[in-house]
Amino acid sequence: MALMFSLFMQGIQMMLVLLVAPLLVGVVRKVRARILLRRGPSILQPYRDLWRLLRKETVVARNASWLFRVAPYLIFAAVWVAAALVPVFATGLEFNWTADLLAIVALLGTARFATALAAMDIGTSFGGLGASREMMVASLAEPAMLMIVFTISLLAGTTQLSEIANFVASQPIGLRISLGFAFTALLIVALAENARIPVDNPSTHLELTMIHEAMVLEYSGRHLALIEAASATKLLLYMSLIISLFLPYGIATNEAPLSLQLFGMLVWLAKLGIGAVLLAIGETVVSKMRLFRVAEFLGAALVMGLLSMIFLFVFKGI
Amino acid sequence: METSIDISHFLAGAVLALSFVLLYQARLFALFNAFAMQSIALAMAVGWQAYSQGASHLYITAALALVMKGMLIPGALRWVVVKMGIHRQIDPVVSVNLTLLLGVFLVILSIMVVFPVAKMEGGIAREDLAFALSIILLGMLMMITRRNAIGQVIGFMSLENGLILAATGAKGMPLVVEISVAFSVLIAFFVFGVFIFRIREHFDTIDVDALSEMRGDAE
Amino acid sequence: MSMQFVMGALLVFWVQAVLALFRASQFVRLRYGVTMLTSVVILFAGMGFLLGSAPVEQIALPLGLPDIGMRMRIDALSAFFLIVVNLGGVTSSLFGMGYGLHEKRQGRVMPFYSAFIAAMNMVVLADDAFTFLISWELMSLTSWALVMSNEEKETRRAGLVYFVMASFSAIMLVFAFGLLAGANGSYGFDEIRQSHPTAISATIVLALVLLGPGSKAGVFPLHVWLPLAHPAAPSHVSALMSGVMTKVAIYGAIRILFDLVGPSMLWWWSVPVLIIGGATALMGILYALMQKDLKRLLAFSTVENVGIIFIGLGLALAFQANGMVTAAALAMSAALLHVFNHSLFKSLLFLGAGAVLHATGTRDLDQLGGLIHKMRFTAVLFLVGAVAISALPPLNGFVSEWLTFQSVLASPDLPQASLKFLIPVVGAVLALAAALAGAAFVKAFGVSFLGRARSEAAAAAQETDRFSLAAMMLLAGLCLAVGVLPSLAVDALRPVVDMLTTSGLPPQDIGPAPLSLVPFADGRSSYNGLIIMAFLLISGGMTAWFIHHFASDKVTYGDAWDCGTPEDSPLAQYTAESFSQPIRRVFGTSVFRAREVVDMPPPGELRAAQYNADSEDPAWRFVMNPLSRLLWQVTRRADILQRLTIRKYLAIVFAWLVLLLVAVTIWH
Repeated sequence: MALMFSLFMQGIQMMLVLLVAPLLVGVVRKVRARILLRRGPSILQPYRDLWRLLRKETVVARNASWLFRVAPYLIFAAVWVAAALVPVFATGLEFNWTADLLAIVALLGTARFATALAAMDIGTSFGGLGASREMMVASLAEPAMLMIVFTISLLAGTTQLSEIANFVASQPIGLRISLGFAFTALLIVALAENARIPVDNPSTHLELTMIHEAMVLEYSGRHLALIEAASATKLLLYMSLIISLFLPYGIATNEAPLSLQLFGMLVWLAKLGIGAVLLAIGETVVSKMRLFRVAEFLGAALVMGLLSMIFLFVFKGI
Repeated sequence: METSIDISHFLAGAVLALSFVLLYQARLFALFNAFAMQSIALAMAVGWQAYSQGASHLYITAALALVMKGMLIPGALRWVVVKMGIHRQIDPVVSVNLTLLLGVFLVILSIMVVFPVAKMEGGIAREDLAFALSIILLGMLMMITRRNAIGQVIGFMSLENGLILAATGAKGMPLVVEISVAFSVLIAFFVFGVFIFRIREHFDTIDVDALSEMRGDAE
Repeated sequence: MSMQFVMGALLVFWVQAVLALFRASQFVRLRYGVTMLTSVVILFAGMGFLLGSAPVEQIALPLGLPDIGMRMRIDALSAFFLIVVNLGGVTSSLFGMGYGLHEKRQGRVMPFYSAFIAAMNMVVLADDAFTFLISWELMSLTSWALVMSNEEKETRRAGLVYFVMASFSAIMLVFAFGLLAGANGSYGFDEIRQSHPTAISATIVLALVLLGPGSKAGVFPLHVWLPLAHPAAPSHVSALMSGVMTKVAIYGAIRILFDLVGPSMLWWWSVPVLIIGGATALMGILYALMQKDLKRLLAFSTVENVGIIFIGLGLALAFQANGMVTAAALAMSAALLHVFNHSLFKSLLFLGAGAVLHATGTRDLDQLGGLIHKMRFTAVLFLVGAVAISALPPLNGFVSEWLTFQSVLASPDLPQASLKFLIPVVGAVLALAAALAGAAFVKAFGVSFLGRARSEAAAAAQETDRFSLAAMMLLAGLCLAVGVLPSLAVDALRPVVDMLTTSGLPPQDIGPAPLSLVPFADGRSSYNGLIIMAFLLISGGMTAWFIHHFASDKVTYGDAWDCGTPEDSPLAQYTAESFSQPIRRVFGTSVFRAREVVDMPPPGELRAAQYNADSEDPAWRFVMNPLSRLLWQVTRRADILQRLTIRKYLAIVFAWLVLLLVAVTIWH
């Protein structure tokens, strides 16, 4: 019975992340539009876009291989599974233990690998351009992310996300400069991984500095829908990750009664809303960087990740 | 007590973090802002020390840092740049990432130098001293990795911020020393200012490498 | 029992080698088949030993030096490396049954091929310094002969560099064993184990190990021979050299450091090992990224993986010397599992590269492209290797890197401050290397297999033969198996880890579910490849089902869009060079002195625009070239000795004699 309930909650979470993700994108776009004094599309617009894309026929380039057609499913599945492993409203879900934070980062790496390969499949110059730049960005963002993971895991004594969230929520950690570094570095990594300003511009399709959009340029119809859904889910994943690593307060445990779990869900939604507003504000006040300035930006994240780990030792005492 | 140490660490760490921000900046105005922020963070750190140690003379130091370095000097530098139409991009000698990595190495180095030596000193001073030494080293790093004279001035002053942090961390530093430190910085600022004017007059640039041409052995 | 089988198999190898001296170009498939079966025998013997936790077996052959003989021994460590060597032997020989037929000069391949496998087996089995050195030299010589089997100009340089480096590593080993010699100067490993070297001589042994087996494994900056030699050999031999021979070198390092020197190790030894490992990993993968020759790229990636293994060994050293046995066991398991994994996917990738080379006649990435349409199976199998080596779940490369990261996380408990700072930095380097490996293999697979063909040869490529495919399928299947069932692999490694660190990993059945990988007994973290795999398949399948039932499943084929500006020429695609340009600019400008020179003629001039990218290997610039200049000068000076009169020669001999006599009198 307990197992059934726990499986059920896991299923709920998987569906929930999928359902909320487009809404998050919608909110970000709406807030951004309002800041720019536009009315902006409805916050439900991403759902309509996805549904429309899903029902359209798909145009595939003649020389595409099977990889091009399989990749969207793989990308979507990898991101979805990764998102399912991040505790959002309750910790200790049925499958949380199967993969730790390192595995979540690596799953996103799998998705990126597939995206980059799919981009190179047709043999267009834009595809290669996107893939090449994406791998450059990833080569800095991924180690920075791992440094953050190291810091937090050293603090909590585990790489299991669920345990970390419990630890942070229950222990008085206090004001720590190393966590400050880790937090900043995570923000930078999250911006880069989700192709947001100042690293990349999600709302461009014809810009010589584009990265992610250049990779998925050849996709259309249901394939594009999957990729869009995957990016929305990834944004949600990163926000949930930031929340559960640094601000897990209010999160329920798996054994908690349903009311607490519902409460955890509401708190999570509220935090996401705040996150969306902050992201929108950030994207309006900051401008996009030159490509090679991005490398320095991410290098700074890597250095901050490293510093956060070093300071952790300082505070723990040698 | 625990919170007090936490806060003092946090503030000292913030000063150090801003040292890294200084190293990262590629534009002059952003550099001034970062420097102002560092000085404000320093003022807060010193102010917290004054409060927690009950040493009222440190409030003066904090106020000095806040007014002089947090407001006046950045403002003055900004004025100089606008007035003279100096190029607002800083050319680093080595790449930014490499500089940052060197910075991390310096931090590790100073922690490893300070910790064994200051083991007896008790909790607070040790970490603060390590932070302060890192800030000093980072200031020097900044001075040697920037071609731009204004960048070097900022590097020098952030080095001096580290000195103040070191001084306040150790209990009972006499005010006199500090005033002299502040005074010397002021003088240095003037010297550099005059220096910049001279370079600019002669060479129409403030790239100090241009000075090498004055040497007889230049190719 | 295992020993008899192994000895018999070794005999078969040597007989085969001798037979192949005659009429090498006949019965090639049969010969490879026999070699394969012989490897299978040793493989099963090794597996039987390891899984059955059999007792140590020794044998003394009446060969070699009088009254030492040739001693051989199987213990858990040897058994594990026997498996690695012969798994490589099996798959390479299977591949050779198809691919090997196309070799032009069989006489220069066949005799050395089975001798090479035999020599590697003998290194792993050797139980005295003499046997070890003889086998080591045999391994170097046979592989050198295989490298020299084709007569291209660049091969000659590769052969020369390889020969010099191989001799160097052998000499270092001689010194190392000389220092280690047991009581009465006996060189049996048992006697060496009994004699405990002083701290100083043990430390010199460490340095010699890093120089000797280190250079054979390809640690920075002694790796220079590796990317020259490995690609020059026939591809199934490249697979053996990269996938297996580097592992035999690592075996040498482990045997000497952890077994023979064992208890005398000092904690600070881990510092040079970790630094060298980190530098090797990072430099290796950065080099790999800048290559445009497929096999060279793979060879440089071998350098990277050797670095990762050395990081694991360094961690194990640090923990072991501080008495943290469980953490040491974890790091050692990570290193050994990576040894195994790398031998799998690197063999797979080299075999794939061989198939491509045979189908298109080129290894130049810029001549390839679009092979996924022509070589469907090879493409899938190469892709499996590429994903595995990029440390991505759910394949095996991720498992061993995950274990390495987990052991990095045990570092705060170390008492030494310098290690506390060094290990996180090494962890960062490891993460950087892993991420860059992803980029390197997107490039390797993307440029060669995806896109449109860049040359006639690539457009006309055909799928490779069944034997080659079978060999690659075997390796790919193992990559997947270790990836989804990591706990079984780690369990199988327990006797080896037990022997080296006196403590295995916690039994893997304590995890939250069967088949989970658990690095620490208190269950702090776990990973379950099987469930992740199932999860991926189910969610991907569900999505596909949902879309094809409830949304559209229509497809139209059309031209590529490419932002409305499609370019007909396949030359407009990104090339190997352009793919790595951003990364080269970010990482390479200072380290590799990477330069880009664009020569853009002004409008009106009809000269073609030119772009030149150029980079330098710091290992050559700072280490190898100065060394060879020095050597050159010394030999020039010594050249005078060649042209003396007999009287002067006699004078020299006389002077030496007197000097020696004086030395002897002073000694007494």
